Amino acid sequence: MTTSDIAISVRNLTKEFSIAHEEKHTTLAERIVSRVKHPLRRATRETFAALKDVSFEIHKGDVVGIIGRNGSGKSTLLKLLSNITQPTRGEIDLYGRVGSLLEVGTGFHPELTGRENIFLNGAILGMHRPEIRRRFDEIVQFAEVEKFLDTPVKRYSSGMYVRLAFAVAAHLNPEILIVDEVLAVGDVEFQDKCLGKMQDVAKEDGRTVIFVSHNMAAVESLCTRGILLHAGQIVLDSPAHEAVQHYLRRSIKSDFSDETIVGKEFDLCGLRIAKPSLGNLSTFAPCEIAVTFRSHKDCSAGVHIFVEDHKGSLVFGIDSTDLISNARCIPGAVTCYRFNIESLPLITGTYRLRMILRNDTEQRYWEVPSSFSFTVESARIYGTRQVEQKWHGTTAVAATVDISQGSPDESAPVETPDAAVESTPSLVK
Amino acid sequence: MSTVRNITAVTEAIQNPVRAHPVPYLSIRASAGFAPLNLREIWRFRDLLLTLALRDIKLRYKQTALGIAWVILQPLIAAGIFTFVFSSVAKLPSDGVPYMLFAFAGLLGWNLFSGIVTRISVCLTGNSQLISKVFFPRLVLPLSVVPSFLLDFVIALAMLAVLILPRLSSVALGLPLLTFPLWIGLLILLAVGSGLYFAALNVSYRDVQYVIPVAMQMLLYASPIPYAVSAVPERLRIYYYINPLASIIEGLRWSLLGKTSVPNWWAVAYSVAVCIIVFFAGAFIFKRMERKFADVI
Repeated sequence: MTTSDIAISVRNLTKEFSIAHEEKHTTLAERIVSRVKHPLRRATRETFAALKDVSFEIHKGDVVGIIGRNGSGKSTLLKLLSNITQPTRGEIDLYGRVGSLLEVGTGFHPELTGRENIFLNGAILGMHRPEIRRRFDEIVQFAEVEKFLDTPVKRYSSGMYVRLAFAVAAHLNPEILIVDEVLAVGDVEFQDKCLGKMQDVAKEDGRTVIFVSHNMAAVESLCTRGILLHAGQIVLDSPAHEAVQHYLRRSIKSDFSDETIVGKEFDLCGLRIAKPSLGNLSTFAPCEIAVTFRSHKDCSAGVHIFVEDHKGSLVFGIDSTDLISNARCIPGAVTCYRFNIESLPLITGTYRLRMILRNDTEQRYWEVPSSFSFTVESARIYGTRQVEQKWHGTTAVAATVDISQGSPDESAPVETPDAAVESTPSLVK
Repeated sequence: MSTVRNITAVTEAIQNPVRAHPVPYLSIRASAGFAPLNLREIWRFRDLLLTLALRDIKLRYKQTALGIAWVILQPLIAAGIFTFVFSSVAKLPSDGVPYMLFAFAGLLGWNLFSGIVTRISVCLTGNSQLISKVFFPRLVLPLSVVPSFLLDFVIALAMLAVLILPRLSSVALGLPLLTFPLWIGLLILLAVGSGLYFAALNVSYRDVQYVIPVAMQMLLYASPIPYAVSAVPERLRIYYYINPLASIIEGLRWSLLGKTSVPNWWAVAYSVAVCIIVFFAGAFIFKRMERKFADVI
């Protein structure tokens, strides 16, 4: 690779935020008063490095996925590359116009019409008016909002809003496109359309795309290269597939144990899948998940568990608060929540369990920083053959199938009137 | 070290996106201290400035029953109140022109100034979403505030012309009118310069937005708007002119009505210096503080 192929060069990039302790002055008066009281004392400050000495190069035409847990520095990196915040140390060289889409619809004004917002949003993203005018029809067509162009966007449905916003950004035509998790919104069809558009941008126009997402499936299918961040540092820079696998493996804490994980609000003391014992989980079998924790404070606590498939998509979640009133926790004492699942709706495969412990008294929560994997045994769930996720998805459905047939001279199968009525509403919708 | 933004490759880049740039299109470096104003970058974002200004104008009187009429009504009502309080009740002199015209001419300039300062001081906090999610030269936001107030000013100016027409004999339109652009220029420099400083300060300390209305109220009475400079005792006048607005408003009124007192040119020279210093100081302080905007806001 010659140097002329480089789109982005990042060298020793560090971004620090300073967090003031003890005293935080939000008004000038407070600051003045404290200066007068303690003329020599400076606020004790701790610097927190969101990015630590990160270096990498991205070549023209690369589609790079940046992955990592919450707080690993992904968003900070994007903000630095977009020139929104300044680095504390280090250098960034960008060889091309950058278009960044860190949020869908930034600068959209609810009172303005769709047409006016296209111009406003385009200008905010750095487009010139003639450029927007040239691409106007394309944008409108992509967003599918022709009929509502002269309606204020405050009357738009959220789907229309998002479509319009993405459409403007997608037609920005920068040489380097930076996209942060925007695909989390909109319906599936539109998400596919967005992914497709991004793929076009990369493949056909040879532009560089940097994409941050928690959606591992999207990263794997879209990106050629993956950069895995952890605690502000690059852990792995490799082909996207490898990075995704590494991320999924890394974020899994594979054994359920009594090892204590210490948090700010709570300590997680133990997690067990009881009844049946671990390793014997099977589809439609009853199971029990027991979460044992200790609270640091006197509070009313709730537990929310999440089960995700191997790509990180949520399969189901259970919030204890929906089912039982919260337990009152006393500091130091252990509390155990048992989630009884009558019939486990998961098809054969590996899943991960994550959880959030909530202090509802003070409305704080703690996302347990590890996830726990478990496997559902292969089984003939309908008693016939092995089912696979590829064809049956991850959710096991208890279903029966009835067949009715008409005689050869009748044009339609015989159906009872009741059944016909039941099926109509879903069609009408 | 300072932020170096290389824009030489811009045109080339737009025409030929995939071709290699020998020089980075943009280099981002850690920087401290004062930064250059980078007017070329602002020029590159002129369409954004224009669009934001248009948005301001469009939104200002949306969902109001009287709409644009408020532009005329606001100074008219204020001038009416001034006429009643200061002319009919307090019997303040108005340099020999009808008090209503006298007050209205002063309020024109005042509204331009106070409108710009007040709006600029909250323009960053009011657009925090833009600041933290999109890059553009931050100076564009405060600058985009100016056109909508200029428009208001022009409309109110037309109203003044309507007020003057039936009383042409009571004013002396003529050469002083040539100085009109000077006063407007000074007002804008002073308003933008101080506004920029308040806007930057407001990002960290929201106190600013509460202080501004009070300060504006005080400044209104410290400026020759309801009364003429001639009403200020001679020996205090030198202190009175410390307020740069004093000679600017006096000058503006003189240029519009002709008959009112001629401004003190020493005071005008002082005001010109103050306006230029305030403008550049405001702009550089803003540029210096803008690095932290996205992190703090």
